[in-house]
Amino acid sequence: MAKITFDGIEVEVPDGTTILNAARQIGGSIVPPAMCYYTPLKGSGGKCRACLVRVAAGSTKDPRPMPKLVASCVTPVQDGMVVENTTSEQVLDVRKGIVEMLLINHPLDCPVCDQAGECDLQNFAFEHGVSTTRYQEERRTFEKIDIGPLIQLHMTRCILCYRCVYTADQIAKGDRVHGVLGRGDAAEIGTYIENIIDNDFSGNVIDVCPVGALTDKTFRFKQRVWFTKPVNAHRDCPKCAGNVTLWYKGQDVLRVTGRKDQYGEVKEWICNECRFDKKETADWTIEGPAHIDRSSVISANHYELPVLNQSVIADLPESTQRDLEKNPPLKLG
Amino acid sequence: METTSVKPQFSEAAKAEIERICKQYPTERRKSALLPVLHIAQAEFGGWVSPEVQDLVAEVIGIKPIEVYEVSSFYTMFNLKPVGKHVLEICRTGPCMLRGSDELTAHLERITGAKVNGATSPDGLFTLKEVECLAACGFAPIVQVREKYYEQLDTPAAVDAMLTDLRNQVHRPALPWEETGLPNALANN
Amino acid sequence: MGRKLLTEHINVEGIDTFEVYRKHGGYRSVEKALKTMTPDEVVEEVKKSGLRGRGGAGFPTGMKWSFLAKPEGVPRYLVCNADESEPGTFKDRQLMSKLPHLLVEGMITSSYALGANTSYIYIRGELLYVLRILEKAIAEAYAAGFLGKNILGSGYDLDLFVHPGGGAYICGEETALLESLEGKRGNPRNKPPFPAVQGLYARPTVVNNVESIAAVPVIVNDGGEEYAKIGVGRSTGTKLFSACGHLNKPGIYEIELGLPVEEFIYSDEYCGGIWKGRDLKAVVAGGSSVPILPKELILKTAAGEPRLMSYESLSDGGFVTGTMLGSGGFIAMDETTCIVRNTWSFSRFYHHESCGQCSPCREGTGWLEKVLHRLEHGHGHMEDIDLLVSVAKQIEGNTICPLGEAAAWPVAAAVRHFRDEFEWHVTHAKEAAKPGAVYQGKSVLV
Ligand SMILES: Cc1cc2nc3c(=O)[nH]c(=O)nc-3n(C[C@H](O)[C@H](O)[C@H](O)COP(=O)(O)O)c2cc1C
Ligand code: SF4
Ligand code: SF4
Ligand code: SF4
Ligand code: FES
Ligand code: FES
Repeated sequence: MAKITFDGIEVEVPDGTTILNAARQIGGSIVPPAMCYYTPLKGSGGKCRACLVRVAAGSTKDPRPMPKLVASCVTPVQDGMVVENTTSEQVLDVRKGIVEMLLINHPLDCPVCDQAGECDLQNFAFEHGVSTTRYQEERRTFEKIDIGPLIQLHMTRCILCYRCVYTADQIAKGDRVHGVLGRGDAAEIGTYIENIIDNDFSGNVIDVCPVGALTDKTFRFKQRVWFTKPVNAHRDCPKCAGNVTLWYKGQDVLRVTGRKDQYGEVKEWICNECRFDKKETADWTIEGPAHIDRSSVISANHYELPVLNQSVIADLPESTQRDLEKNPPLKLG
Repeated sequence: METTSVKPQFSEAAKAEIERICKQYPTERRKSALLPVLHIAQAEFGGWVSPEVQDLVAEVIGIKPIEVYEVSSFYTMFNLKPVGKHVLEICRTGPCMLRGSDELTAHLERITGAKVNGATSPDGLFTLKEVECLAACGFAPIVQVREKYYEQLDTPAAVDAMLTDLRNQVHRPALPWEETGLPNALANN
Repeated sequence: MGRKLLTEHINVEGIDTFEVYRKHGGYRSVEKALKTMTPDEVVEEVKKSGLRGRGGAGFPTGMKWSFLAKPEGVPRYLVCNADESEPGTFKDRQLMSKLPHLLVEGMITSSYALGANTSYIYIRGELLYVLRILEKAIAEAYAAGFLGKNILGSGYDLDLFVHPGGGAYICGEETALLESLEGKRGNPRNKPPFPAVQGLYARPTVVNNVESIAAVPVIVNDGGEEYAKIGVGRSTGTKLFSACGHLNKPGIYEIELGLPVEEFIYSDEYCGGIWKGRDLKAVVAGGSSVPILPKELILKTAAGEPRLMSYESLSDGGFVTGTMLGSGGFIAMDETTCIVRNTWSFSRFYHHESCGQCSPCREGTGWLEKVLHRLEHGHGHMEDIDLLVSVAKQIEGNTICPLGEAAAWPVAAAVRHFRDEFEWHVTHAKEAAKPGAVYQGKSVLV
């Protein structure tokens, strides 16, 4: 066991635990945000840098501070470690910078994005960003493509967290057909040629995607998520454990997802049949309403990024502007 | 000329070379041979690696095609589109720029009719590709064509000598494991 | 003229063959190490030599070797980093193509010291012709019994292979290199674990630069203490500098560390001064990643001392008035050089070479390049100059691997020392955008 101090709070965790998971044991607002790490996915983390924290003391044995901020999601704790997150100006400042970096090439079309309301990037920007952007250059864009009949990829929104790649690797057991192609800011999720993901569990890439890059093409009526009501349900499924969340509008099941915890992580993969084909209440045994804690945006009904200010709106893609005119953003809450 | 529907095949010499290379890594780590095998494939099939060629590479190494695509698109040496007979890789980085690489690029565009990072010359001979530092900065400006470095191309005469040298090549130069070089057009489709 | 420990025989006819190389004392270190020394004794000599990694970071080689984990029954590897791609650096290519046996000898002696039975040389893919030269040298060494099973009857086995990259600067970063050697994209790994514990194939691995390995035979032959006598202070031995840019005699120079920079630039023994009779404007002394210094600060430190070619002297003044020795890529720029254009070119390089894994580097390198491109092409604003500094700061220190810093430092340093030239690009945008236009004013120092 290792004892660490995180934002002044002591916690004892098994050796090898990452700083992030130690913080999650404490819980609450001191937990660093995570955009790429995903507990069930081996190898994930370290990429987005949203979770950077300051190690003020490395360990009891070597109490020197670490020279750079570290990614809390991939850095293991040491006994006697002292970590600063919300108590460090530097960390908060750097995090603002990370938000800015993640947004400079982002389309900012939340008003027409399926993910709005349950988007980690939206939350992240809302909670940690600043409300202006200094970016004046042209934004990177990609065409949206279908990955098979059930999943759509809006590469423009992708933050290259690699979660979907690790997911495919793990669920498809070596039969992965999609991955990251290209490099640098030209890298993209792709299947290269018209390969489709036709694995029984491929739909899980939708659940792990922190943004609206991978979306469910069967999501009926394209409702704003905060108009939908999440309900936990299960069924006897020959392929998966059958534990899901149903998202209702009135009497209609609009979509089916895996059950996510407060950090947006699904604990069990669900199969494509449960996700895409079982959209009647009669298919399911209902357990009761699902609690959505951490997604502040769902609960607060915000769906505009704080950066959606005048100077940025001018930059919105034409298609978005047209959509906006047709469907002016609702002011809620 | 081969068409895309015909499955490409490595020559016997290339197959032997691939097996030699694969033995350099632990048996369960054949994937390590991916980059060297891609180089062989590019040399064998006309200077670029088509999706079909990449699938073949996946097959001989025993990995998934996506694992090849991920890699071939990451490394800049692999051409993913058809190229001219000779790909001139012009270094554009600082030290070469200080010694005239911009002028060299413009000059090459003018006399070959090819567009840098774009269209091949109308005669199909030259593709111009800008690359980053080739580790020959003291001999700038530099052009690489396959395994050969042409250095100090700072006069029209030096450039002409390079182009003449290339125009006179009927076959690409043989690689160590081959008897003769393959005609470059062989696998272009 | 200083002593040449590595390149003494570089111009000998046929030195790339085993026979000639052997005649000039080649492979003595293998005989000495395998027959008369334990592996730990070799490590000890390298420690005593004070040799610092020649790949850029300058980490003491002997110390790195002693960190290698040695769990029972698990193979360990030595991997030579011959990815040489840092703009301005071209020493390893020369060394390997002219003296392939020096590297092979160094690999054998070093592998013995580390207890590696398989070693790899990872060479950048563009240098396939050098790979052929190395493979030939390796075949000769096998034939002569210096590689393979039971080398020189010592009971020590070693296989040595050369592995080509595919065109990616980032694969010079040691963990990206290992990923690449495993047949994957060159994405640097998160650390820990470090390669000394989990490197190639998750086994303990040491990664060393070509020049570091090439220094090992000398150290073993003459003893670490002798080697440490050369140079100044903690900069021991000799170092290869790749001199390029606006010099009369660009090329590779092996110097004893401690040579005054002024002598290196102007002496006929070395670079022979600035070309075309022009004046020197600035120098990037250690490869494109290190801070650029204006003439006044590269020749003399802020305290007015002559600047020396050593790790300590080049970094004297920190990043305010100093720079770094880095990989020894010495890029000289004459008075007609546009600093903004040059900085843009470097930024374009890092933008092009970012692997794209982590957001500050993936997005930030592109941002820097685009802003610099605008400034250089007459579309800049005054705020852009501080924006560059701020974006660079947002990248620096917040990334997975040091490419982030490598992209940030050159920009920050260029603005630091040549701010007036950046401002001129805004105030005289039209003029500055003309090809070949150069700011004629005097740059403010510090
Ligand atoms: C982006 C990047 C590129 C690098 N390129 C090289 C290189 O081309 N050659 C090299 O030897 N080291 C390079 N390095 C340094 C290596 O990571 C590593 O420190 C070095 O190979 C260790 O060898 P040494 O201790 O002998 O210097 C690079 C580092 C970074 C971050
Ligand atoms: S909801 Fe999220 S993914 Fe969609 S546009 Fe907004 S920030 Fe981007
Ligand atoms: S598509 Fe989604 S899950 Fe996949 S890398 Fe992009 S953001 Fe991550
Ligand atoms: S700093 Fe740049 S090169 Fe290094 S891992 Fe991050 S994105 Fe890749
Ligand atoms: S969550 Fe830690 S770096 Fe992305
Ligand atoms: S900059 Fe062109 S070879 Fe280095």
